[in-house]
Amino acid sequence: MNYHWNWRIFWEPAPNGTGTYLDMLLSGLLLTVETAICAWILALVVGSIVGVLRTLPSKTASWAGFAYVEFFRNMPLLVQLFIWFFVLPELLPQAWGLWLKQIPNAPFYTAAIGIGLFMSARVAEQLRAGIGSLPRGQKLAATALGLTTAQTYAYVLLPMAFRIIMPPLTSEFLNTIKNTSVAITIGLIELTGEARAMQEFSFQVFEAFTGATALYLLINIVVVIAMRFLERALAVPGYITGK
Amino acid sequence: MKHLPIIGLALAAALSGSPANAEELTGTLKNIRETGAITLGFRDSSIPFSYLDDNQKPVGFAMDICYRIVDAVKKELKLDKLEVKLNPVTSATRIPLMANGTIDLECGSTTNNAERQKQVWFTNTHFLTASRFVSKKSSKLDKIDDLKGRSVVSTSGTTNIKQLTEANAARNLGINIIPAKDHAEAFLMVETDRAVAFVMDDILLASLVAGSKEPAAFAISSDAFSKAEPYGIMLRKDDVAFKKVVDAATAALYTSGEGSKLYEKWFMQKIPPKGLNLNTPIGPELKHEFANPSDSPDPDSYKTM
Amino acid sequence: MFANFDFDVIRRSLGYLFFDGMTFTLTLTGLGALGGLIFGTLIALMRLSGFRLLGRVAGLYVDLMRSLPLVLVIFWFYFLVPFIGQWLTGSSRPMHVGAFTSSLVTFIMFEAAYFSEIMRAGIQSISKGQPAAAQALGLSYSQTMRYVVLPQAFRNMLPVLLTQTIVLFQDTSLVYVLSIPDFLGAASKVAQRDGRLVEMYLFAALVYFVISCAASFGVRRLQARIAFVH
Repeated sequence: MNYHWNWRIFWEPAPNGTGTYLDMLLSGLLLTVETAICAWILALVVGSIVGVLRTLPSKTASWAGFAYVEFFRNMPLLVQLFIWFFVLPELLPQAWGLWLKQIPNAPFYTAAIGIGLFMSARVAEQLRAGIGSLPRGQKLAATALGLTTAQTYAYVLLPMAFRIIMPPLTSEFLNTIKNTSVAITIGLIELTGEARAMQEFSFQVFEAFTGATALYLLINIVVVIAMRFLERALAVPGYITGK
Repeated sequence: MKHLPIIGLALAAALSGSPANAEELTGTLKNIRETGAITLGFRDSSIPFSYLDDNQKPVGFAMDICYRIVDAVKKELKLDKLEVKLNPVTSATRIPLMANGTIDLECGSTTNNAERQKQVWFTNTHFLTASRFVSKKSSKLDKIDDLKGRSVVSTSGTTNIKQLTEANAARNLGINIIPAKDHAEAFLMVETDRAVAFVMDDILLASLVAGSKEPAAFAISSDAFSKAEPYGIMLRKDDVAFKKVVDAATAALYTSGEGSKLYEKWFMQKIPPKGLNLNTPIGPELKHEFANPSDSPDPDSYKTM
Repeated sequence: MFANFDFDVIRRSLGYLFFDGMTFTLTLTGLGALGGLIFGTLIALMRLSGFRLLGRVAGLYVDLMRSLPLVLVIFWFYFLVPFIGQWLTGSSRPMHVGAFTSSLVTFIMFEAAYFSEIMRAGIQSISKGQPAAAQALGLSYSQTMRYVVLPQAFRNMLPVLLTQTIVLFQDTSLVYVLSIPDFLGAASKVAQRDGRLVEMYLFAALVYFVISCAASFGVRRLQARIAFVH
């Protein structure tokens, strides 16, 4: 075959006038990280609420949590993004829809919210499992001390549960980062998108994808190391966390 | 991480390790004879060149040309039967898929330019078109500078998105460029107000507008991003023998007047799926080119004196 | 609110959506899961084998695949598979690979990394006494694996494997980026051709939802039964 390898392509100027092809990939990396962090914050907040709902004694609350999780877990992320991006504005009153569509950076917000809600269902499941794994005595002791349900969750159950589910949460965060690439279908030019653009402009397919691959590996390594530090810093002495 | 360059090198060695002499023998032709099949790459929504009709079968002007080429190849190889396989491509995937052997001919609306000639070859030109943008009449956009600071969509992997990117940088317009997967998706972004304009070859824009729910609501810009550039059927680079057959077939088609008939069929008559008539008479440049087939990537070479 | 919508477009395209699109999606899911399970089990065995190098290579492969987004892997393989085929067969030209085969190879290679982790956990869940007993009975390594360890690991992990298959079913929708007509691709082609986004995407969402929900309900019942047997 006549594929011309050209690893120097990364240092050649890209047609968008802002720098080299490497700069293009790095700006994609930045957008990937920004989107993932926004989505992750949303996923943690909403996921925690839903996860708690699922463990409450109230039948209605746990059913609502269950319905929420099933709703977001049983549709492909790509379809969910299409619904947020293409379908939702058409279902709203016209003025609202138009406003929604003309927000600058609409793909970014749609991706952050869409991926955030998608991931929140998974966070909720992890949290439910974490709370479920705590010995029943903890809750009983809290009640015996006169803590209300809200206080029991805030001071006893959640701090322990979150420590226990740290490792699965790390991999869910990594999933969030990976999932941002699905947003290229709604026009978000994150890392995979920039690699695709680089391939189109420079025709150096394999170099472009190798570059993106290396950057994804880099983020993974950074996140895994950072989370390990965090886990160690938050560990409760004498209580086995993690595996 | 440190293994990556090694993997890359190993791949490079694996990929370039094939004996070069087989390539020189007959390339694609040899492959077609051995497998008894040829694969055509088609597009989803390059109306009327290559697009899906009501039964989701690819049809169009470029598809018809390709079927003529297939006939010529069959004759050249003296085959009784030649199976035609169809593979969907997008603007972004067509060149890598040509290079990696997934498709043998790309039948669509691919601009033939000098830069792409470093990756792929083209046969004789089958259309000439300039890059412009379409927008809603209500947004009153006509000049490239009107796009300043707006969201503009184009199809990823096209010469158009590259021209838009370059113009954006050169004129400092601050346009937010959104890449779409295919022309239909890009046009939809304008239709649903996700983007104010769609930059593409004017013939494709005209077809999308004509096929839309409300053709009168759209306008195509007077400003162009490029001169009228040639479209060609794409084939693999350095495949001299195959190109000779394909060039001969297309030249015979265009000079015999058959080419103009095909043109009439797709540009002057009702076409599927909605019975649309594009009503675009053949221009003097293309007429001249059909009489003197050329595969030149240079827009200026098509000027009629 | 739905006055402007034409839900009849769904009825008109049902044939294309299901006979072409859903068939593609389900075949890809089924074969992808099967291939992923076989290849994944091999990787798991490599990682658990005593050979350092073999285990290291398998581990690197799993880590690499699990670090990359599927969309990127889909692009990689779509462009790379013909060259891999050429390299494997020693042919002088890139191998001719269609869109379906290419996607299938992609999903097998990608899912194998995930299935291998599940099978590894499954194999490790079998008590050490069992392979020891099998060896004492004179069974070879491959016999021990084939007749004693793997069937149990597979059965214990069946619910997890099936859940991963449901994820795979949803993930196949990502071939959309290559314009391949799977179920979502077919729906989007009709949607874009007729300008009926809302109708088609809502319908696609509903179909994915119903199938995934039914499947995960089935898995939960299976899980309850397995838990009961134990």
